[in-house]
Amino acid sequence: MDIGRERLELLKEIMAIDFSLVELNLYLDTHPLDQRAQRLQNEYVTICKDLKEKYEEDYAPLTHVYASECPWGWIEEPWPWEINYEMGGI
Amino acid sequence: MWIYEKKLQYPAWVEGCDLQIAKLLFAQYGGPDSELSAGLRYLAQRYNMPIPEAKAVLTDIGTEELAHWEIIGTLIYKIINRATPEELKAAGMGPNYVEHGRDVYPADAAGVPWTAAYIQAIEDPIANLHEDLAAEEKARTTYEHLINSTRDRGVIDTLSFLREREVVHFQRFGETLRLVQEYMEHTKCMR
Repeated sequence: MDIGRERLELLKEIMAIDFSLVELNLYLDTHPLDQRAQRLQNEYVTICKDLKEKYEEDYAPLTHVYASECPWGWIEEPWPWEINYEMGGI
Repeated sequence: MWIYEKKLQYPAWVEGCDLQIAKLLFAQYGGPDSELSAGLRYLAQRYNMPIPEAKAVLTDIGTEELAHWEIIGTLIYKIINRATPEELKAAGMGPNYVEHGRDVYPADAAGVPWTAAYIQAIEDPIANLHEDLAAEEKARTTYEHLINSTRDRGVIDTLSFLREREVVHFQRFGETLRLVQEYMEHTKCMR
């Protein structure tokens, strides 16, 4: 399912920054005193928050922690497995 | 607890309709060294870990494995969703179609249902972490076998990402094992 160019680009940006945060999370678990990684983590958290806020304001909820108009926006399609990420196929 | 986020960890995509690889992808969906086994193994092993680093690593990698399980499920769904029953049957997925339709049921590439007998949790952190290190290497090898089994660029791209995660997890588990061993040496000295 296509979600439109601008929305897709923003979603992919969120996926990328969230992945960076997963990677930093695992690294910091075994290197809790690494200040450089900690600074990077903190910086990415701010960027991530802003991007998600924009996505939820402009398009759709990412989690159920979402103040919705009626009808309840969470059930709207597409779900993640239905999205065409336009990487060269479906 | 866990909260669902309406996105994948990686933009999983498929180029064509390689039903053979869809069948084989079940190895990583419901096989012994699957993402499902990995996720449940780590989440079951975390309760009695002796140091906070180890509790965190098992919780966080266990959680990431569930996101990988979803990516594998998405690849399978994208491939089989548009296939007719005849096409599925011709690709050797007839039994899977009859028993599960186009739902993505946790079984291995040969159709054997997933079982908790694939995994262990035995309290001893050294034994648990060695199982985890082996699990990551077995999953990495499984990904290499899968990548060697298709020409679909989307499947190869997505599986290459997942293969790299196994390498990173192996690294983190190795560091965790070292930290646990240091902790145990230290507590032995203090007694």
